[in-house]
Amino acid sequence: MMENIPLTLALLNLFLPLISFIILIFFGKKLGSYAHWVSLALIGLMLCITGSLFVNIFHNSETPILSTSIQWFTTGSFTVELGFLINNVAVIMLFVVALISSLVHLYSVGYMKGDPRYSRYFAYLGIFTFSMNGIVLADSLIMMYIFWELVGLSSYLLIGFWFEKDSAADACKKAFLTNRVGDIGMFIGIMILFFAIGTFQIDGLIEGVRNGAFTDNMTLLTIAGILVFMGAVGKSAQFPLHIWLPDAMEGPTPVSALIHAATMVAAGVYMVVRIFPILTPDALEIIAYVGGITAIMAAIIAVTQNDIKRVLAYSTVSQLGYMIMALGVGAYQAGFFHLTTHAMFKACLFLCSGSVIHAMHHALNEIKDHDTDSQDMRNMGGLKDKMPITFWAMLFATLAISGVPFFSGFLSKDAVLAGTLSYYNLHHGWTIFLPLAGFSAALITAFYMFRLIFLTFFGKPANDKVYSHINESPILMTFPLILLAVLSFALFFTIPFSLNPLDSHGWFTNAVPMIENVAGLDMHEVEEGIHHAHYSAMGISLVVATIGIFLAVLFYLLKKVDANKVAGVANKLRLYNLSLNKFYIDEIYNLIIYKPFLALSWLCSKIDWDIYDKIFINGWGWLTIKLSDKSGEFDYNWLDQKVVDGFGKITQYVGNNLKLTQNGVVQNYLLGGMLGVLLLIVLIQQF
Amino acid sequence: MDSLQSYLIIAAILFSIGIYGVITRKNAIAILMGIELILNSANINFIAFNRFGGMENLDGHVFSIFVIVLAAAEAAVALAIVINLFKNIGSVDVDDADLLKG
Repeated sequence: MMENIPLTLALLNLFLPLISFIILIFFGKKLGSYAHWVSLALIGLMLCITGSLFVNIFHNSETPILSTSIQWFTTGSFTVELGFLINNVAVIMLFVVALISSLVHLYSVGYMKGDPRYSRYFAYLGIFTFSMNGIVLADSLIMMYIFWELVGLSSYLLIGFWFEKDSAADACKKAFLTNRVGDIGMFIGIMILFFAIGTFQIDGLIEGVRNGAFTDNMTLLTIAGILVFMGAVGKSAQFPLHIWLPDAMEGPTPVSALIHAATMVAAGVYMVVRIFPILTPDALEIIAYVGGITAIMAAIIAVTQNDIKRVLAYSTVSQLGYMIMALGVGAYQAGFFHLTTHAMFKACLFLCSGSVIHAMHHALNEIKDHDTDSQDMRNMGGLKDKMPITFWAMLFATLAISGVPFFSGFLSKDAVLAGTLSYYNLHHGWTIFLPLAGFSAALITAFYMFRLIFLTFFGKPANDKVYSHINESPILMTFPLILLAVLSFALFFTIPFSLNPLDSHGWFTNAVPMIENVAGLDMHEVEEGIHHAHYSAMGISLVVATIGIFLAVLFYLLKKVDANKVAGVANKLRLYNLSLNKFYIDEIYNLIIYKPFLALSWLCSKIDWDIYDKIFINGWGWLTIKLSDKSGEFDYNWLDQKVVDGFGKITQYVGNNLKLTQNGVVQNYLLGGMLGVLLLIVLIQQF
Repeated sequence: MDSLQSYLIIAAILFSIGIYGVITRKNAIAILMGIELILNSANINFIAFNRFGGMENLDGHVFSIFVIVLAAAEAAVALAIVINLFKNIGSVDVDDADLLKG
């Protein structure tokens, strides 16, 4: 019975949000504005259960807490199993999901108040949490893939929650389709692994690679790894499939915090963490470059965005790039650590921006101004006095993301940067790109995050009329902010082992030990390198963070330098426009994918309609009519008139003539018979 | 003269006379008489083949007895038909009985 406790907890954990979804989708209309009680109760229970699992990680067992599976179905030699694999990484991820999900539920009660589809919203949150838990708990790639698609679905539903807006409807389609591109690669990758090793179980795959399933053909394993990673490129919005995430901000802001900042987009990183042992050094190098490009590019774009949520969206893309880059350079721990800390402070940032947008929206509604954009930072300013709780929470989270000591982001970002630096120390050459991208992205991140803070909360209000109507959000919304802001402090990730703010050793590093890479990467070497690079990385990252913050202060707080002038100078080389237009990636896709596709479709329709339809199909019709005409004529004139009627006429003629012999004289008949017999006799004699 | 051939010739002559009578006579009674001749020619053939065909049993005799019985029955039925014909058309001339004319 004791062994079954983790299984029961895991099952409860998985299905409680689903129950919430089912209740709300069927009875939501009846519950009306009380709908949130159902989901709050169930998600709260789930958080408690996860908490009880979370306690386990302090025992620091190397063996998983739970590893069990049942056979789902078998066809021939093809067996699919479903099961749970709960190790420390999974528990931490579960806890992050449960915590942020429950805080977002709470926050949404205030944020979504009065929405016509209130209960539907909570139902969607329920199915999202269910699918996310499924990904985290899954012990096989195929089960992970199923839930992977389910989070894609719930993301689609929630981005398009306000589908009356065209932009939201377009954004959800874009998100879904872009994710599909990655998912196809992931599926092919899973199938390659399956046909080489014969199982979907992650443990089984690791064992298979260790036992040399790929020794003759490491390239195939590299390809399989990159293909599976393509799923993460889609889901975690890595270059070149990052384009959907900024558009996904059309969804309600709490959704952006939950799905598009803290949990779902981190699912890709989590998946890479799970399959990390079977990724070859070559595959990891590509993963690192993808992450590095994403990190620096998204950071550059974020600088020039004016929509508060878009800045955060690009910041998310950039930070996800960091995590992926960390995994790529082998800094497995650092990547997952950054995922965890980022989930906290980025969720906080999004919820704060939601709070600001909420306040702006209400103020604009009160003065009946429907033209001003409630998300544009240029319409804000000076909000810190009106919304103190939001301001302080956002400031703490910003300090965390900028990598300021005492905050969680400092530790995790530092670990990531140490990883890249050590990677360069080990490999030299072009790998200098990785630490360069990492440190410049850190500088730019500090700059644009403080730009956001200064534009939103400092300076003079852009519109006094709006400003006077701004109010702090209700307690339901500020409570999650406070909690998440508190969790942005480094303290919570290092206790009880270390109180030194510069030292990241704590429960986290103990709970997530370095693991072995069975595909040929020497993890000891990596660990050693990171250890050596630790202090230099810390020094540089402190310097770049200070420079970034200092520049932001100079530009936006003290206004010593006119930002527009700098932008003008930069624009001589089209740099500003490049960033403002997101490197024209959407336009490039438009040009190389969308336009040719449309042209091809046009051509196909042309061929189909003008040639196939008009000439071929209509030709057949014409031919058939002509043939039928001829055939009908032949039928009537020849068969009917000549053959059929001919038989009739012959019969009539013969009958007419033969009836003369029927004269009724029996003796004539007898005479005929006699002559016939004689004729027969003569004939028989002849032959 | 005691050979099969002479009997067969007698039977053939008798048969031909019978046929001739049947075809040429207009009187129904005469036609019946022709038929009797034809039947008896057949009887002569039966007996002749029995006698000269090397058969040891009496098959031919039995058949000719059958034919005689059959002829008696046929005569009775045919005479009844002739009487009915006479009753209906007032004549026994077969040329008058042309109801089957098409």
